[in-house]
Amino acid sequence: MGKYLLQRVFYMVLTLFLIASLTFFLMKVIPGTPFASQNKLSPAQMEIMKAKYGLDQPVPVQYAKYMGNLLKGDFGTSFQFSNRAVGDLMFQRLGPSAQLGFQAMVLGSVLGIFLGVIAALRQNSWIDYGSTFIAVVGKSIPSFVFAGLLQYYIGVKLGWLPVLFWKGFEYTIMPTIALALFPLAIAARFMRTEMIDVLNSDYITLAKAKGASFFDIAFKHALRNALIPVVTVLGPVFVSLMTGSLVIEKIFAIPGLGEQFVTSITLNDYPVIMGTTILYSAMFVLIILIVDILYGVIDPRIRLSGGKK
Amino acid sequence: MKKSKYSLLLILTLVFSLILTACGGNNDASEGENNDNNENATSDVAQEFSMLDSSAIPTMDSVLAEGSTSFTYIGNVGEGLYRLNQEGKPEPAMVEGEPEINEDKTVFTFKLRDAKWSNGEPVTAHDFVFAWQRAIDPKTASPYGPYMMGGKILNAAKITEAGAAGKPYDLNELGVKAIDDKTLEVTLEKPVVYWEDLFAFPSFYPQNQKFVEEKGDAFASSAENLLYNGPFKMTQWEGTDAEEWVLEKNENYWDADNVKIEKITVNVVKDSGSAVNAFEAGETDMTGLLSSDLVPQYEGDERMMSWLDAAVFYLKLNQKNEALANTNIRKAIAMAFNKEDLANGILNNGSVPANYLVPKEFVNLDGVDFREGNGDMLEYNVEEAKKHWEAGLKELGKTELTIRYLGGDTEASKKIDSYMKNQLETNLEGLTIELESVPFAVRLERDNSMDYDIQMAGWGPDYGNAISFIDLWVTNGGSNRMGYSNPKYDELVKKAQGELATQPEENFKAMQEAERILLEEDAGIAPVYQRGANILINPNLKGLVQYQYGPDYSFKWMSVEGE
Repeated sequence: MGKYLLQRVFYMVLTLFLIASLTFFLMKVIPGTPFASQNKLSPAQMEIMKAKYGLDQPVPVQYAKYMGNLLKGDFGTSFQFSNRAVGDLMFQRLGPSAQLGFQAMVLGSVLGIFLGVIAALRQNSWIDYGSTFIAVVGKSIPSFVFAGLLQYYIGVKLGWLPVLFWKGFEYTIMPTIALALFPLAIAARFMRTEMIDVLNSDYITLAKAKGASFFDIAFKHALRNALIPVVTVLGPVFVSLMTGSLVIEKIFAIPGLGEQFVTSITLNDYPVIMGTTILYSAMFVLIILIVDILYGVIDPRIRLSGGKK
Repeated sequence: MKKSKYSLLLILTLVFSLILTACGGNNDASEGENNDNNENATSDVAQEFSMLDSSAIPTMDSVLAEGSTSFTYIGNVGEGLYRLNQEGKPEPAMVEGEPEINEDKTVFTFKLRDAKWSNGEPVTAHDFVFAWQRAIDPKTASPYGPYMMGGKILNAAKITEAGAAGKPYDLNELGVKAIDDKTLEVTLEKPVVYWEDLFAFPSFYPQNQKFVEEKGDAFASSAENLLYNGPFKMTQWEGTDAEEWVLEKNENYWDADNVKIEKITVNVVKDSGSAVNAFEAGETDMTGLLSSDLVPQYEGDERMMSWLDAAVFYLKLNQKNEALANTNIRKAIAMAFNKEDLANGILNNGSVPANYLVPKEFVNLDGVDFREGNGDMLEYNVEEAKKHWEAGLKELGKTELTIRYLGGDTEASKKIDSYMKNQLETNLEGLTIELESVPFAVRLERDNSMDYDIQMAGWGPDYGNAISFIDLWVTNGGSNRMGYSNPKYDELVKKAQGELATQPEENFKAMQEAERILLEEDAGIAPVYQRGANILINPNLKGLVQYQYGPDYSFKWMSVEGE
């Protein structure tokens, strides 16, 4: 297990290095200027500004410098926010994004799995149709529509919850619900399909024949096996939720990372683009590792290394 | 047995609710900050309000600032030699009385008033010298410092050129000197008609050398790392990407007696619809600019405040393109789209059709608007457009043309651009428009390298003089970037900035004539519209002043009234 983990960590670092390098060169190809008032700058000023940010150097030199600083943990300084270290900016903004993503993930996957299981157990009943309906609606309504409706009816019309901002738990409820719809839909649909599959397999028939109780069959035998594909699918969904949702963050005015990432690309804020890409990738590879470890927990037949010694 | 299966669900539910409570526990403290102030109808209403802005403050360093959000907050917590008053006109601020001006109007001697920084230290002439030198210093690499000073303050351009070429330069050569603590001498390269506007602009605000140098890199990185000499001071601001900040009255401000507002809380909301929802729910007293789809529903509502911006949008016609180098073709394009329908049907936010370059209600001479002298040019006229189109095609020896059109990638600009494409293609037979929708940063880059045929662009002024628009199109001018060149035009602009700078009437006429040449004779650009702006504001808030250049607003003269 230890050796396996070490190997995995090595590949993770290698992956991150490749992603960082690739992003760096791709980013230099994006057209556009990082200077917001470029139409007012004289050629002399342009040169001075480029020199300030090191953009007057050849790209390989810029790359070497960036990687050198990165090794020291220095992500550079944002172009659009003067004086702001990218590291601080990212980790400060990651907090709200991660909290929101985590809450939405927990709410969405728990409810989704629950709905999926019930639907499978009561296949072709009104419960099944109801849960499928919720899943389809959840998958097909764009989150900005759902978030906008929530905001208007619950926030403005009923006044039950604050309309905007991120200042305490009650502020997180509406964005969490809005964001949870997506993992809920995915979890419910996958869970139902997998569960039905498992319920039709031979060992379930055997269990039934042996007289195992309904709940024993559903939870002890079926649920665990059906969960494996669901976990695979939910892993990456989890990362994308944790790293922030552009739309939800914008609508509820949450100081998160998702909106910032997109803005930094459109503004050619190179250090922020690099920083967030590296952070996202790191989270992705980490989650993939965690998902792999979870397989073993859910299904003892899957072993990470050569089995017990 | 059965019970244990239920317990799995039970445990999941429990864990879930625990996590939720744990997550929420952290930041419950900051509640009840934004109580609305208008509920008690007594005369002693709390002089506080909350407002929304659509972006964070990119910088609070007056020397580095380059956008209206920065200018707005810097303008409310700082002050220059002059300040824009309630009518939007500059008046003495850090300066006591009128300056002494030499005969050829290039040397100004200002007497400073007794004013203090928020830490109690006096504001001196040295603070101005330091800030201006810092703004022009190539090491600072300020975007707006050299832009505002170049060609105006003595030797500013020279220092920038030297810096760019890697040659030595002397900041003391800049035309600003402290004669003593309270006397400032400013030398201009040549007379500037709008000098008061210049000295009211945030790029010319003072900075305390001792404070800036003590703070080093931390200067202007948060509320504590700034000094204030304006009507307000920042008491909460965690840095350039903070999404909430607080302004409070600055008791050390020289004119504090006239500042009624005690506290302003600002939050960033980027989505215009969300801002309106927050306003409707009573969570804020003032929104940022409304996107145009939200404007119609508030038509006639007393809570909506509307005005006409001094920003004009136009098509830049790049004469590097062979077809667009033809005057007839340019005229045809400029007259072939219905501006009225665009303004009323598509923009629908109080924007008006522009048949001009220098906006309406922007500058006047003795009360007569600049526009009244020149009237409308290049109006929508399909018949005329078609005639010019035929003639132009004949001159080029072609029957059809394909032209690239560079536009923005926001929803609003995509709508406008596809309307323009449709209009031009419908009214000009044989014309194919290739739309290219790109982000703002890309458009700037392609403007810089002149990599476009037609470009939808706009301009907002930096000072209250028509020259802010007129000098855009001089041959090889910094913002021209479309290959327009007309010696007659250049001559007039040169005159307006030179020998006529001190004769307001002649100056005005020269600029009007230049505008006429640009539009009527040359169709150098194709004006489209002048932008309207709208916000929602609590009717109990009085005295908000909105500006056409520099800061968007001043809060100095505001107050909250009871119902």
